[in-house]
Amino acid sequence: MSVEVRLPTLLRPAADGRAVVTATGGTVGELLADLQRSYPAIQGQLLGDDGSLHRFVNVYLNDDDVRYLERLETKVSEGDTVSILPAVAGGAA
Amino acid sequence: MEAPSTALEEPGISFRREHLSRMAAHCLSCYPEEGCGLLVGDASTGEVREVHATENVAHSSQVYTVDPRAHLKIDRAAEETGMSVIGVFHSHTHTDPYPSPTDVRQAPDPNWHYVLVSLRHEVPSTRSYRIVDGSVREETVSLSAR
Repeated sequence: MSVEVRLPTLLRPAADGRAVVTATGGTVGELLADLQRSYPAIQGQLLGDDGSLHRFVNVYLNDDDVRYLERLETKVSEGDTVSILPAVAGGAA
Repeated sequence: MEAPSTALEEPGISFRREHLSRMAAHCLSCYPEEGCGLLVGDASTGEVREVHATENVAHSSQVYTVDPRAHLKIDRAAEETGMSVIGVFHSHTHTDPYPSPTDVRQAPDPNWHYVLVSLRHEVPSTRSYRIVDGSVREETVSLSAR
């Protein structure tokens, strides 16, 4: 199925400047893989070599961080929105 | 006649006075943990229009992590009003307001402004930086008229 994916500003140049794209898949992982196939410049920005989600990226299914759902195995449904944002972290350490 | 320069100076970042107070107050309220939040405004001018204090979900005096769900909510609301998240602020509880190696390594976006609020001394001090490809450059902090 086709689901809307909202991209952070940093990834938009890799997707022809688009803020919102559509990707196909039944899970968040399948959507991200499809996104990387459609926009190869995104390759390496979201998933590590082992296929897991980079720790400096947050992916949401509607309002929920997928790390608190079933991560890349989280199922998506028609009408869902997937959003990608950078993880914002740092500190004095 | 000399041609006018077309070079544009980077605008730095501008706040309303109440924004600076709000950031300092939030950071003090989080002490001894680091406080953090997001800055919403006009990316082209560096003008901050809204300061959003967020939970530091790391709950640490050494590191911070902006609550991811709050980030999503703030990002959506900003886009709906034609603005964007243009930066982040956080406190250093016992060190000067200069980005640490952790801040530099984890800086999420080279277009953002990185604001540090130091609580090292009795009066909080605020500085802002750009972090691009691991390189740190301090920028001007000014007060906006409105």
